[in-house]
Amino acid sequence: MPAAPKDKTSTLDDVIGELRDGMTIGIGGWGSRRKPMALVRALARSDVKDLTVVTYGGPDLGLLCAAGKVSKAYYGFVSLDSPPFYDPWFARARTTGTITVREMDEGMVKCGLEAAAARLPFLPIRAGLGSDVVEFWEGELQTVTSPYPDADGRTQTLIAMPALRLDAAFVHLDLADSRGNAAYTGVDPYFDDLFCAAADRRYLETDQLVSTEVLVKSVPTQRLLLNRMNVDRVVHAPNGAHFTFAGAANNAAGANVTADYGRDEAFQRFYVESTKDAETWTAFSERFLVVDEETYQREIEAWRTEQEEAK
Amino acid sequence: MTDTVTDTDITRAEVCVVACAEIFSGAGEIMASPMAPTPLIGARLARLTTEPDLLITDGEALIFADTPAVGASGPIEGWMPFRKVFDVVASGRRHVVMGANQIDRHGNQNLSAFGPLQQPTRQMFGVRGAPGNTVNHPTSYWVARHSTRVFGDSVDIVSGVGYDQIDPENPAFDDLDIHRVVTNLGVFDFGGPDHTFRALSLHPGVTVAEVAENTGFEVADLDKAPHTRLPTDEELTLIREVLDPKGVRNREVR
Repeated sequence: MPAAPKDKTSTLDDVIGELRDGMTIGIGGWGSRRKPMALVRALARSDVKDLTVVTYGGPDLGLLCAAGKVSKAYYGFVSLDSPPFYDPWFARARTTGTITVREMDEGMVKCGLEAAAARLPFLPIRAGLGSDVVEFWEGELQTVTSPYPDADGRTQTLIAMPALRLDAAFVHLDLADSRGNAAYTGVDPYFDDLFCAAADRRYLETDQLVSTEVLVKSVPTQRLLLNRMNVDRVVHAPNGAHFTFAGAANNAAGANVTADYGRDEAFQRFYVESTKDAETWTAFSERFLVVDEETYQREIEAWRTEQEEAK
Repeated sequence: MTDTVTDTDITRAEVCVVACAEIFSGAGEIMASPMAPTPLIGARLARLTTEPDLLITDGEALIFADTPAVGASGPIEGWMPFRKVFDVVASGRRHVVMGANQIDRHGNQNLSAFGPLQQPTRQMFGVRGAPGNTVNHPTSYWVARHSTRVFGDSVDIVSGVGYDQIDPENPAFDDLDIHRVVTNLGVFDFGGPDHTFRALSLHPGVTVAEVAENTGFEVADLDKAPHTRLPTDEELTLIREVLDPKGVRNREVR
């Protein structure tokens, strides 16, 4: 009898148990799109602190700032993708000076993850030259000069984007098996494979946990974004990306795919409105943040019903 | 809409749309990336008139085969997820029209935040793709409300690179090209002395004094600027009946 293949299915608590203060954590998705929000919520209510976060930021960074978990952030932007666009908790962390930022061009995030994925110390990139990105990095961002002059004899000096090495990566994919093979079903893979490739420990949450056979039959081959080498733990988290967008946006996914939800715009607005004063935030936090994931999903349903009834 | 439209019927928003379309004159087979409704209608107008080879997307990940109305969908011809957008940026085959919270006389732009870098007084998006856009390919700006708050002495944070940042010894800066600034008052570029902000045309009804009062620095050639041309009948029909029948443009420019 050969040994059984590794079953990576885990709970949110299993994942949080592996995290330590001061870690650098990369968070997949983009803005308010397919963010691993179940993992983010679990991290926000844990005791882990003093984190460095690498992200195309959205409410993931906002909620971690709200919980006081972030000491340093590397990002290309922070956006909720729909009005009022600017995340209120990230804005507060910034205007009160409680986080140090290494703001950069969006393309520099991809470049830094690619460098880490290839175990390179840096990759050259034009983006950043002449801008205040260099000032944001307070000496941590250097340039590199090409050994090959251009045809006119001048020599290009470029930003030497350092590798964005991650202690851990969080990503949300729509469909996965128990071994870490996983697929996206919408129009965009974002950068989730790069986040995993740049990290020591890779944590995947998924809407649908299926057999390998069902996974590969459900989606075209090109959608199989993650293979087993990319993933350490798989958490079954239906609706886990809520309140960000996830799932099949263009009916491109196969018949077996059930994960299909847009951004919960009403709830995202409610999140923003709840940050206006201490009282409303305490109410929001007690109902939706300090609770476990099961309770969160139940309260979301209840909240929706309340909104309907109030109409 | 079969009758000839008279000048008085034409709105400021429609003049702005045509000025935004002209941003893409001669652009060829590149990706047009407008980031607000007025330049979006403008890019699509250019595609339906003089620039049929422009690539346009749904703003998400799909390349449109046809040229649908603002907010509408349509048949697609290709795939452009965010990571491939960065490949297009690096290739130079793109012209972006970004917004701006601040633009200075040399074309430095800010959409990141106001105040000190590590403790701003007001937080916006962060630099987004502005550093990479400006250093790689043609970039234009759209400002729906031309004011001294936008056009001031200096920007708080340089997200979009201006002409005074260029190191002429470094060829990596060679593709910096801030093509146009279109506002509710006129059309501008950075063709003034030492690549400074210059008036190319003022929209009909806009005075020199109005532009001067609403700009925090001297505008080159302001006295000489002609009127922005009016839309043709064909352009008006396309704007009103095909591209923006719901009048989204009128919510951005009043």
